[in-house]
Amino acid sequence: MPTPTATQKSVDRANPAPHLGEFHFGDRAFKWFTLSMATSVFLLIVLIGVKLASGSTLSIQKFGWGFLTSSTWDPGHGVYGALPFIYGTVVSSAIALFIAVPLSITTAVFLTELAPLWLRQPLTIFIELLAAIPSVILGMWGFYVLCPWLQAHLCPWLKSSLGFIPFFQGPIAPRNLLAAGVIIAIMIIPIITSVSREILRSVPGLQREAAYALGATRWEVTRIAVLNYARKGIIGAVILGLGRALGETMAVTMVIGNDPKIPKALFASADTLASVVANQFGGADNELYQHALLEIGLVLLGVTIIVNSLAQLLLKFTNPGLKPQH
Amino acid sequence: MNTLMPPNEETNRTARRPEFPPSQHQAADAPLAPAAPAKSSTPAFSTRNLAVYFGKHQVLKSVSLDIKAHAVTAIIGPSGCGKSTFLRSLNRMHELIPEARMDGEIRLFGQDIYSREVEPVIVRRRVGMVFQKSNPFPTMTILENVTVGLRLNGIRSRTVLNERAERALHMVALWDEVKDRLNAPAVSLSGGQQQRLCIARAIVVQPEVLLMDEPASALDPIATSKIEELILDLKNNFTIVIVTHNMQQAARISDFTAFFYLGHLVEFDRTAKIFTNPAQKQTEDYVTGRFG
Amino acid sequence: MDAANHSLRKFTSGLMQAVTCGCALLVIAPLAFVFYHLLKQGVGSLNWNFFTKLPAVPGESGGGMANAIVGTLELLLLASLIGVPIGVFGGVYLSEYGSSRLNRWIRFAADVLNGVPSIIWGMVVWVLVVKPMHTQSALAGGIVLGLMMIPLIMRTSEEVLLLVPNGYREAAAALGISQWRTIVQIIMRTALKGIVTGVLLALARIAGETAPLIFTTPGNTFWNHSLTDPINSLPYQIFYYSTLPYDDQVRQAWAGALVLLLLVTAINVSVRVLTRDRR
Repeated sequence: MPTPTATQKSVDRANPAPHLGEFHFGDRAFKWFTLSMATSVFLLIVLIGVKLASGSTLSIQKFGWGFLTSSTWDPGHGVYGALPFIYGTVVSSAIALFIAVPLSITTAVFLTELAPLWLRQPLTIFIELLAAIPSVILGMWGFYVLCPWLQAHLCPWLKSSLGFIPFFQGPIAPRNLLAAGVIIAIMIIPIITSVSREILRSVPGLQREAAYALGATRWEVTRIAVLNYARKGIIGAVILGLGRALGETMAVTMVIGNDPKIPKALFASADTLASVVANQFGGADNELYQHALLEIGLVLLGVTIIVNSLAQLLLKFTNPGLKPQH
Repeated sequence: MNTLMPPNEETNRTARRPEFPPSQHQAADAPLAPAAPAKSSTPAFSTRNLAVYFGKHQVLKSVSLDIKAHAVTAIIGPSGCGKSTFLRSLNRMHELIPEARMDGEIRLFGQDIYSREVEPVIVRRRVGMVFQKSNPFPTMTILENVTVGLRLNGIRSRTVLNERAERALHMVALWDEVKDRLNAPAVSLSGGQQQRLCIARAIVVQPEVLLMDEPASALDPIATSKIEELILDLKNNFTIVIVTHNMQQAARISDFTAFFYLGHLVEFDRTAKIFTNPAQKQTEDYVTGRFG
Repeated sequence: MDAANHSLRKFTSGLMQAVTCGCALLVIAPLAFVFYHLLKQGVGSLNWNFFTKLPAVPGESGGGMANAIVGTLELLLLASLIGVPIGVFGGVYLSEYGSSRLNRWIRFAADVLNGVPSIIWGMVVWVLVVKPMHTQSALAGGIVLGLMMIPLIMRTSEEVLLLVPNGYREAAAALGISQWRTIVQIIMRTALKGIVTGVLLALARIAGETAPLIFTTPGNTFWNHSLTDPINSLPYQIFYYSTLPYDDQVRQAWAGALVLLLLVTAINVSVRVLTRDRR
């Protein structure tokens, strides 16, 4: 890296133009180069939207808004309606949140406030490793381990204790909506936990001290000074988890049973927006079929973008210095 | 290090006029029995050879002094001299830092607060603290902030809570300013008001001693003088220990002053003496502004 | 306040500590289970054949996942060619240049992209590359994985570049070094470790992705010899085999899953080790 020598400097001063010109060009070129790299993200978003839209025109034209409200999905007769999958996505995500949210938030509280110091780092690492498990591996594990266990133990128990509610009735399919909910929960717990953890850590120490100085116990300090303060951020973390849940594909498609009908109960097989595409795309042999599947992708895209943007807004609002989560 | 005790004299204090009902703190079976500060000769705090370490670093070196009840004691000294650490050891707040360790003895009205049976939580209910930067709980209203200590202690009755909150707010001269908006968020108050709110929050549980860590350093002069007036008023009901880097403030409001330097207690005496005729040269250099 | 109140508060505090601890253990339990089952079912099938043979016809025993493993490595390489330059230099722009207004939008867009489900990426590249080419291909697979890497790497790179103290930039400017040289040779070099760990994490993420590959390169029983042919990959092979009704294939799927999980975990752990030195 040549640093300007004395003679070079004097040459600069004597005749600055050529050197400045060279620097100027290099700097400008580099700046435009990196700018184009950075703005590729805008291009990608547009690309995604445009390509999905263009790839689903046949289906959009044929079914219009009815696509979203029709519950008939019959590729054999060329009739396509996405309602069963919207239903499946909503219910499986709801189940997942129901399981994951309390577990994640309490774990985050444990990690930041209540755990002994030597335990915090190892536990954090384990949770991050859990997040790193590929979806297909969790799906396989779900298929061979979780589903049989659910079918043999949890589902019958739920059926016997809550069977008076229609949702908990009916035959227990080996792969069902509940299994999908559980597996999605396992997958979104790490992200809700880690974002919540960041939020809780960012609560100013002064708040905790105020509570301690009043003679509050450890749990009271957590309750009054930390959780209260971090409310908004934690909601943002939960919505971020929801965004993840909506798009989970491989693990879901392996445990949900792949039945493109609105499931009558928790124990029935079903499909989500993501899982039906993964499952049926290989067999989509005509254009309308492909377009219908792409239109489902479009719906999924719209929903996830809205949910994720909402989460980001909430998180940035409460904690501008938050690290990006992905 | 010689034990420095303030000369036992009767300052012209008016008779203690209790404005609160007698303290209702621990029950009889808790190791720390309620100590009604009746005798004026029992020091509020009595430290012997107090040393505090953060890891290997010794921050306080063998501090021994007695803090007189119902008086204002100021702790002064340059940055890093250990005055905040000393203050925090009085209500065991330094224990929140993992590597903190202490040696020596501290007694609160004669009772050892570091004995094995005494939990820090109990100590902190008897000794209140106000911080440098006001820290009201932002998700709570003004009223909720004031009463949070009472509610934690199990007091649920609305009337009792409101009554005690009103009295505390009167004591900090905040009542008139907030009485119409007790349900407004605490953070809607100005900086000076928030700090007075924090003082009200601390005194409403009737602590025996009130610790203040540079309570006015983040405030403008007008708010500062209000806080100082407040401290002079509170003296009648509480013992106050205040850390301050502002020497004039110490001279204005305190009865006794302790000068710390590099973790040592250099001199402790009546304020008047410290500022006009200090015994140690270091003290004289500091109060005359030759360093620090 | 009385002893009863204090005892209740103390008890509640202890109880909550126990409850939250229990939840934390429950949360990491699946991790233990998954590892356990993968090891139990998969270790037995990890033999020489597994690593060197091509997949057998379903129903026949024998064969291996050699081309899947190599295929995954090839796809990662292809993806890096796209994802790393665009991501890293995009991150450079975010940290070194740009108005805060534009940058906020860029970051927002990157975060939106990070939230797009991987299956949608697959569909998009199917429309973009596979359909015009009339064939699924390794190229399409590399493209989709590479595109997915871009927003990931952009954000992590920006983060580490921002950590480089401004003092370096000022010192270089005072020496008269041009800005682009400063960035490339001083700033980026200082942040290199962080940039590399960001890339590694992104690679670990996409190494396990299956859904995009369903659209772009759904497996190949033979060795891949051209970018325009489909290529096999570990996640896809696992997916395919695990749903077959043949014991031998299922066993191999477990083994493949074990290999993939070990790969991903190894990358993550080594990143932890690298970043621990910094702290």
